[in-house]
Amino acid sequence: MIPEVGHFAVILALCVALAQAFFSLVGATRGYVNWMAVSRPAAYLLFFLTTFGFCCLVISFLTNDFSVLNVASNSNSQLPWPYRLAASWGSHEGSLLLWVLMLSGWMAAVARFSKGVPNDMLSLILGVMALVAIGFYSFLLLTSNPFDRLLPPAMDGRDLNPLLQDPGMVIHPPMLYMGYVGFSVVFAFAIAALISGRLDTTWARWSRPWTTIAWAFLTIGIALGSWWAYYELGWGGWWFWDPVENASFMPWLCGTALMHSLLVTEKRGSFKVWTVLLAIITFSLSLLGTFLVRSGVLTSVHAFATDPERGVFILGFLVFVVGASLVLFAWRAPKVGLGGRFDLVSRESALLANNVLLVVAAASVLLGTLYPLFLDALGLGKISVGPPYFDAVFIPIMAPAMFLMGIGPISRWKKSSVPDLALKLKWAFVVSIVSSLLLPFTMGTWSLLVSFGLLMAVWIALAGIVNLWTRLKQMSRGEGRTFWNSVASLPNSYYGMLCAHWGVAVFIVGVTLVNGYEVEKDVKMSLGNTVTIGNYTIRLDALKDLEGPNYTGVEGSMAILVDGKEVDRMFPQKRLYTVQQMAMTEAAIDTGFTRDLYISLGEPLSDGSWVVRVYLKPYVDWIWGGAFLMALGGILAVSDRRYRKASQPENGTEGVTASS
Amino acid sequence: MMASARFLIPLGIFIAVAAFLFKGLSLDPKEVPSPLIGKAAPEFSLPLLNDFEAPFANGDMTGEVWLLNVFASWCGPCLDEHPIIVNFARSTAVPVVGFNYKDRPRAAKQWLNRHGDPYTQVVVDLNGRIGLDYGVYGVPETFLIDQQGIIRYKKIGPLTQMDVSQDIIPLIEELSQ
Repeated sequence: MIPEVGHFAVILALCVALAQAFFSLVGATRGYVNWMAVSRPAAYLLFFLTTFGFCCLVISFLTNDFSVLNVASNSNSQLPWPYRLAASWGSHEGSLLLWVLMLSGWMAAVARFSKGVPNDMLSLILGVMALVAIGFYSFLLLTSNPFDRLLPPAMDGRDLNPLLQDPGMVIHPPMLYMGYVGFSVVFAFAIAALISGRLDTTWARWSRPWTTIAWAFLTIGIALGSWWAYYELGWGGWWFWDPVENASFMPWLCGTALMHSLLVTEKRGSFKVWTVLLAIITFSLSLLGTFLVRSGVLTSVHAFATDPERGVFILGFLVFVVGASLVLFAWRAPKVGLGGRFDLVSRESALLANNVLLVVAAASVLLGTLYPLFLDALGLGKISVGPPYFDAVFIPIMAPAMFLMGIGPISRWKKSSVPDLALKLKWAFVVSIVSSLLLPFTMGTWSLLVSFGLLMAVWIALAGIVNLWTRLKQMSRGEGRTFWNSVASLPNSYYGMLCAHWGVAVFIVGVTLVNGYEVEKDVKMSLGNTVTIGNYTIRLDALKDLEGPNYTGVEGSMAILVDGKEVDRMFPQKRLYTVQQMAMTEAAIDTGFTRDLYISLGEPLSDGSWVVRVYLKPYVDWIWGGAFLMALGGILAVSDRRYRKASQPENGTEGVTASS
Repeated sequence: MMASARFLIPLGIFIAVAAFLFKGLSLDPKEVPSPLIGKAAPEFSLPLLNDFEAPFANGDMTGEVWLLNVFASWCGPCLDEHPIIVNFARSTAVPVVGFNYKDRPRAAKQWLNRHGDPYTQVVVDLNGRIGLDYGVYGVPETFLIDQQGIIRYKKIGPLTQMDVSQDIIPLIEELSQ
């Protein structure tokens, strides 16, 4: 009964979305006030119905209703309940329901928090989002119904893929989807602006917080996915350039460009056409990501059970959404005037250059991801594109962007002078060169790549400090404020920018040092054997059998010795999940600020000993710490006062707070 | 009018990409380029990972049913598949030849040390030349080759336990009769 009710709620939701799209869009373009009045309540109703439907699915999972196909294929009575909950979105069907739940959630949020947006504009925005929603609800109902029954019911379920039975995997998909789907908001803002012809600074101002929140979610989602891969796959890698990883990374790159471009559009009225195009591209890449995962055109670890029918549907939808928006763009954008002019050396130029670099980086990732497909389709042979391509292309593109990241925030709008910039940044420059040359020695050996990576990181960090310092000095000198008063009066969005940029620096440190100084050892160990890595000696003390709820396995007990004294014990496991007969490595990780000690059990050997892998990974956690700081920066920026009191539309009277 | 033509560029690019994606839908990367099945396995003679001086030719395997598994240390899915291969090699007498594809030999050796080496032999295809003959484009890939050197089965992407128990094992039993 419950699944049918849920199914019905989702059908109703589709009907609501149809009505909402019709009344909102027609109402807004014709100016029927009472038609437009539908859009807000419809958004709430849509969210309510979808939440209701989603809860029905969750209940089916929690109560082990194996007469539901989705539950029978992805859950098991022995599965602990948090994973039964997560299994609700572990399958293709369930994750699609999660997707529409989030889309309706974003719509409700737009309806709730857009008080300053004129009614007709809001109707257009919600109408465009409703169109997107119609596509996904129909996709769900026509090709991937999560509520399908299985008759007769299964005795027990086939269990959730063991790889997904992990806390990181419970929250990774929702976060990622919040980001993906969140970009639909800024997309809808852009389309609404194109339709109404109101592509102005106010539009940029409304779009910015939504973009930033979606971006922050996406950042956290990607970071969680990478962290999960690190500790769950058992060999300590954290990024694989897998097509599906790329599919989440491309919208991130474009979303990053979009945030910065929106800033220029809001503050200076420039880049309007570029910004609106970026908004379209960013969401298009989110859709493309969905297509790549669901259609099976590329082989990937992540590919769900694929089905050509689904592929055709999503591709058709993709063509409709992206094609229509690009046609609209080609039709409307030429009429948009240019914004304020700017000099070659100015903050606009720096941001434009960074934008171009980010988009080129996204394009090169796209090219690498689709290249095998292109060649295959042209009959030019079959090739595979691996990490060597991406590393070779990505780093040189991003390096100048990192350099500009130091200069951009400190330069002036419109016109900046080179000598002035050089004066401000000379110490930062000198110190970062010297420290990047010397720092590698403290880690042992010197290498060019490490030195270069550190140069970027130190440069970004120092340029941020110089920026903050200059700003505070100006305020206390020019406006006679005290130091702490100046600190408090700088807007949150400014601190958000600094925090996110420092996040990038921290991230680079992590990547550089772990690539440069990682140590790994593979050894055969019997009881009592030791292996030494860095300062640590690891001794295998015991092996005991393990009995989990839905797995059996072996757990090693390792003593960690420093100078002969035991400082810690670690317990790596090898599990065999009984239902799917899948072996999983549960690495034991001792996380530290400057290094991770990572132990995983490999294969048992015939003489009772085990192959044990031990890694010492310096600064590896800085990778995710950096990503977290970036996301935190986004959240700080959104918490800025001006977004909370921004109920009255105003035009560019920003005064001193013109920042970040 | 000319000035606004550049605004059509994004649309043009998108249409081109979409056309490829549509073509891609009918080119299922997991399915075989089926022409290979039932044909003689392309001939090769490649160095062994452990001994670059000693070449291995697929002709050496004539008279045996064997599995050719394409892998690389840079390939994430290969790691997922690896336990299945290890299991297969342990539970059957069928020789499994590893085909190390576009990899650095040192990295491949480390990878095998780390994750266990199920292979009777590992051949090295440094530049992917032979892989091309075999239509390799998604690593991992697996081929089952019979006593006469005919390809009987091919899987693109990671093998699953299901592939082994439902397709490969029955096929081997059939071929061995």
